[in-house]
Amino acid sequence: MSTIFGSSIGRKLLMSLSGLFLVVFLIIHLSINLLLLVPDGGQMFNVAANFMALPLIKYGLQPVLFAGFIVHIIYAAILTAQNNKARGSAKYASGNNTKDVMWASKNMFVLGLTVSAFLVVHLIDYWVPLQITHAAESITIDGVEMHNTYALVNAAFAESWRVILYVIGALGLTIHLTHGFWSAFQTLGLSNNIWRKRWTVIGIAFAWIVGLGFSLIAILQFAFYQ
Amino acid sequence: MENNISLTLKVWRQNGPKEKGRFETYKLEKVSTDSSFLEMMDILNEQLINDGNEPVAFDHDCREGICGMCSLYINGRPHGPDDDVTTCQLHMRKFKDGETITIEPWRSAGFPVIKDLIVNRNAFDTIIAAGGYTSVSTGGVPDANAIPIPKVDADEAMDAASCIGCGACVATCKNGSAMLFVSAKVSHLALLPQGKVEAARRAKNMVAKMDELGFGNCTNTGACEVECPKGVSISNIARLNREFLKAKLQD
Ligand code: HEM
Ligand code: SF4
Ligand code: FES
Repeated sequence: MSTIFGSSIGRKLLMSLSGLFLVVFLIIHLSINLLLLVPDGGQMFNVAANFMALPLIKYGLQPVLFAGFIVHIIYAAILTAQNNKARGSAKYASGNNTKDVMWASKNMFVLGLTVSAFLVVHLIDYWVPLQITHAAESITIDGVEMHNTYALVNAAFAESWRVILYVIGALGLTIHLTHGFWSAFQTLGLSNNIWRKRWTVIGIAFAWIVGLGFSLIAILQFAFYQ
Repeated sequence: MENNISLTLKVWRQNGPKEKGRFETYKLEKVSTDSSFLEMMDILNEQLINDGNEPVAFDHDCREGICGMCSLYINGRPHGPDDDVTTCQLHMRKFKDGETITIEPWRSAGFPVIKDLIVNRNAFDTIIAAGGYTSVSTGGVPDANAIPIPKVDADEAMDAASCIGCGACVATCKNGSAMLFVSAKVSHLALLPQGKVEAARRAKNMVAKMDELGFGNCTNTGACEVECPKGVSISNIARLNREFLKAKLQD
C-alpha cells in the first residue's frame, strides 16, 4: 500500500476518485440550483441552502469537498508537469496528425483552469458573504431566520457579464467531463471494450446535462426572474 | 499500374546523441508508387552515397511488419499516413507527386535519439526484464483442451501478444506514456493460466520500472490505440490498471 500513490497509476487513482467525488457533488449542487426555477420567490431554494449550511454539513462535509478539489487540482498540476517532462523538450516539426483523439482528452488542464476560475468567482460571490462575513441579508421562513441566499444569487444573475462567465465555466466543465467521466472508470480498471462505450455515452450525456443545466438556470434567472 | 512520383524529403539529421540535430532537404525523382517507404529510403541513401554524402541512419530489420524495429515519424504520424501498418508496410502510393514528406525520429524523453532517425528503445527491454515473462518454462504447446481457456480470453491474450514493441504508442502520446505497451505485455500473460501465477508481481514490477524510466502518466487520450500498427486496444490499459490496483491492495 505504502508506495501506491508514488506510482503513476496511484496518482491517476487519486485523480479518478477525486474527480468522481466532484461529480457526485455536481449532482447535488445542480439539484439544489434547480430550485432557483421554482417560482415561489426563492423559498424552497432558501430552505435547501439553509439545510446545506447546517453545522454537520458545513463543518463535516464542506472540508471534504475542499479536500476533494485540492487533491484534484494539486495532482492535476503534478501529472501535467510530469507528462510534459516525459514528452521531452524536442517537439515534432510536423506536429501531430493522429486522428480520432478527443480534443478534451488533450486539454484537461486548460479545461480544469476554466473551471477553477469559475470556482474562485463562486467563492467570492457566495461563500464569503454567506459563511465568512455573513454580510448577506436575512429572511424568515416559517419562523426560521436564515440567509436570503436566493436574493444574493438572483442579484448576481442580474448582471450579464456574470451570466456569461458562468456559462463559459459551465461549458468548460462540460467538455472536461465528456472525457473525464469515462476516463475515471478506465483509470479504476472498471472498463473493457463494451463498458468503455457505455461509460462514454453516459459521461457525455451527464456532462451536457450538467453544463446546460447550470447554464440554463443562470440564463433563465437573468431573463425571467428579475 | 506502375506510377512514378517525385518527392521533397525533409529529413532529421543528427550526428550523435549529444549533438544538435537539423533538418536536411533532399529531392528524389522517379520513385515507384509500388515501392515501400523503406525502399524509398534505400533509394535516397543510394543517391546520397553516390554523391559522396553520408547515408541517413534509420532502424529496420524484418521489413514485413513483425519485428517492430522500423520507426519514423512521417508527416505528423508514427509510421506515416496509413492506418494499422508499420513503416516497412507503408507504400509510396499513399503519397502524391510533388509532395513534401517530413521524416523525424520518435520523440519522447524515454527514447533519446542515437543518430539521425534512430532512437534508443532499450527502455522497453528493461521494462520486459522487470517482469514480462514467466519464471519457469511452461513447456511446448499443450494438447488442445488439456488446459481449458475461455475463447474470449484466448482471443484477447492473442491480440495483446501481437504487440511488437515498436514504440509508436509512446511516440504519439502527448504524455510520453508507455501504458499501451506495458498493458499489452501484462495482459497477454495475465489472461492465461500459465501467466496468471505471477500476475500481481509482474504488474507491480513492470509499472515501477516504467515510472522509473520516466515515461508519463496515462490520461487516456487513446492516441496510442489509433497509431498502434497492431491495433492493440486500450481495454488492455484498463486491465493493467485493474491488475496493478488489485496487486497493491493485496499488499
Ligand atoms: C467540479 C469540478 C471538476 C470535476 C467534476 C472534475 C472531474 C474530473 C474527472 C472525472 C477526471 C478524470 C480522472 C481520470 O482520468 O481518472 C478529471 C481529470 C482531470 N481534471 Fe478534473 N474535474 C473538476 C475540476 C478540475 C479542476 C479545477 C482542475 C484544475 C486544473 C482539473 C484538472 C484535471 C486534469 C488535468 C485532469 C486529467 C488528469 C488525468 O486524466 O490524469 N479538474 N477531472
Ligand atoms: S502497443 Fe502497439 S504501438 Fe505500442 S509498442 Fe506495442 S505494437 Fe507498438
Ligand atoms: S522492419 Fe520489422 S516491423 Fe518494420
